[in-house]
Amino acid sequence: MATHTHTAAAHDDHDHKPHGWRRWVFSTNHKDIGTMYLVFACTMFFVGGTMALIVRAELFQPGLQFVDPQFFNSMTSMHALVMIFGAIMPAWVGLANWLIPMQIGAPDMALPRLNNLSFWILPFAFMLLLGTLFVPGGAPAGGWTMYPPLALQAGDSFPMMIFAVHLMGISSVLGAINVVVTVMNMRAPGLNLLRMPLFVWTWLITAYLLVAVMPVLAGAVTMLLTDHYFGTSFFAASGGGDPVMFQHIFWFFGHPEVYIMILPAFGVVSEIIPAFSRKPLFGYESMVYATAAIGFLSFIVWAHHMFTVGMPLAGQLFFMLATMLISVPTGVKIFNWCATMTKGSLSFEPPMLFAIAFLFLFTIGGFSGLMLAIVPADFQYQDSYFVVAHFHYVLVPGSLFAIIGAVYYWLPKWVGRMYDQKLATVHFWLSAIFVNVLFFPQHFLGLAGMPRRIPDYATQFADWNMVSSIGAFGFGFSQLLLPFIIIKCLRSGAPAPARAWDGAHGLEWELPSPAPFHSWEVPPSAAVIERGAEH
Amino acid sequence: MTAPRDTLRRENARLTARLGLMTLGSFAFGFALVPLYDVMCTITGFGNEKALARAADVAPQVADESRAVTVEFVAELPNVGNWEFRPVVGAMQVHPGRLYETEFIAKNLTGHDTVMQAVPNLAPRNASGYFHKTECFCFTPQPFAKGEERVMPVRFIVDRALPRHLDRVTLAYTIYDQSIRAGLR
Repeated sequence: MATHTHTAAAHDDHDHKPHGWRRWVFSTNHKDIGTMYLVFACTMFFVGGTMALIVRAELFQPGLQFVDPQFFNSMTSMHALVMIFGAIMPAWVGLANWLIPMQIGAPDMALPRLNNLSFWILPFAFMLLLGTLFVPGGAPAGGWTMYPPLALQAGDSFPMMIFAVHLMGISSVLGAINVVVTVMNMRAPGLNLLRMPLFVWTWLITAYLLVAVMPVLAGAVTMLLTDHYFGTSFFAASGGGDPVMFQHIFWFFGHPEVYIMILPAFGVVSEIIPAFSRKPLFGYESMVYATAAIGFLSFIVWAHHMFTVGMPLAGQLFFMLATMLISVPTGVKIFNWCATMTKGSLSFEPPMLFAIAFLFLFTIGGFSGLMLAIVPADFQYQDSYFVVAHFHYVLVPGSLFAIIGAVYYWLPKWVGRMYDQKLATVHFWLSAIFVNVLFFPQHFLGLAGMPRRIPDYATQFADWNMVSSIGAFGFGFSQLLLPFIIIKCLRSGAPAPARAWDGAHGLEWELPSPAPFHSWEVPPSAAVIERGAEH
Repeated sequence: MTAPRDTLRRENARLTARLGLMTLGSFAFGFALVPLYDVMCTITGFGNEKALARAADVAPQVADESRAVTVEFVAELPNVGNWEFRPVVGAMQVHPGRLYETEFIAKNLTGHDTVMQAVPNLAPRNASGYFHKTECFCFTPQPFAKGEERVMPVRFIVDRALPRHLDRVTLAYTIYDQSIRAGLR
């Protein structure tokens, strides 16, 4: 205890930071940990992207050209696991680390050592997961949903995948606990809950979702493990179990999980759009309540992922209507963003471009989601490329564009330099065009009847698959611009002012750029909060 | 400055502990979904195959001679190794309320002693609450010696309350190798 207060005091006397590898391995600084999370997410994004390109290369033409079907199925399964648990989720935790303490006037996260642990679990989780590529039997090929009995028929990859999922789960639950404790206990005096920036709000609700559902996934995969090795029969039909029950438990986790990936994106867009519309956010409180409503509804819609496995009519109706109900709070958000832009003095810097593309394209994904919610229609769309198009529209131009927009918005604050906005605009247009070339034709393929997770297809699907693959390679290679722009900015960007964007509001913009290693050691004054907390 | 810092530390610890408990609660809830699922299946009559795999305790009924229902029998062998498994008859005409008996034949060609478990399934699903079995080889695991062939009986009653629009039900058995669970291998 005494030594701890001593080190805390030593830290007070300025930008002292440890050097070399110790700075990163033993880091308890929210900014350094945030950076590590973001670098990790970026790396995994390119690993998962490479897997997607292998898939699209194989689907460029009918027939089997490059990989065998088993490896193809490994690629689709691993692509999903890597992108969800390795790219999108760690990127959000990284942004939470960087931004939440600065935005609520706190000196750091509430539990800095736990923060270090939750990051450093991740590389080990992904060593296990990616290690499955090199074991007998190959990587998991039964889909990221791990449905038994197929998932149990994998080779040595099975236990590695299960333990990797356990580790990822522990990491995100620890990260979530940290966010909740930070937001609840570390806010600057006078910054009450309904004055917090929306990114903080959406993350608070996301964190509660994580605490509620990640352990359920851990339970489900533990049951898979004991079914396989210890003779239990949770899902094994031979012992009286029911494989359909796995689907119920999995999607009880899986549906809130999709909101875990999108709610922080809502927060980011709610910060970027007002900044470049030079107007306060329209309907701040309704945004908060809409987010909470989406969070609640996410728990009672899971079975819309599995209409075709059979359930009573009353169940189908309930899950269909509950799913459609989600479009009400989501609509509130979309209209609020449009209203914020109405009569604003808009300007179109890269973060704003990504936010507007998010608005358009996420809405398309939302509409196809509504179509999938209709039970009789879902029987037709189930397991087709229409589903693939739907969830990629909400995840790529949805979550991913919001993450890229957030990086372009806060990068000047993080590094104290402005990036090449022209090049970032090029990055935007390439991404926005190619993402549609990539995913829009998949709607047509799905409606025409092409099933997902197949390495070869009937020749009637050839044209749109070729278009989609061209889009995939265009989109994939355009993303290399992102690390290039960041590295160029670090090396030779012009110095950025404290308020890098003239319309930006929030406590983080009251700090100098780059943000000092230790910020808000003295909480912001009431006047600063007043200026910063303008919605 | 130390006093509020200590308070903060205490409050952080308290909230962390609460969230930790929430996490454990969620983990437990995942397992609680298992019995909950069974309860839901019993209520809705969907997927309650467990009731099919138990001897039904059914009150004697007067046969409804005015009505005939076709019962089909199916035997399935998914990756269980080399077995012969088939129903003696493919289908029967039955009157609801009367007790009937039919037989399945199984032969172990796997080349070693083993234990098999047959798992019943009934289609259409909304008939499963009206199909009662008083005797079935699927109630318990069945040990088979190498090369052994056995004729195994099923006794069943189709309930008089079977919805009128159903005139055909299919009883399917899938057999699984239980030798690992039984400790033979």
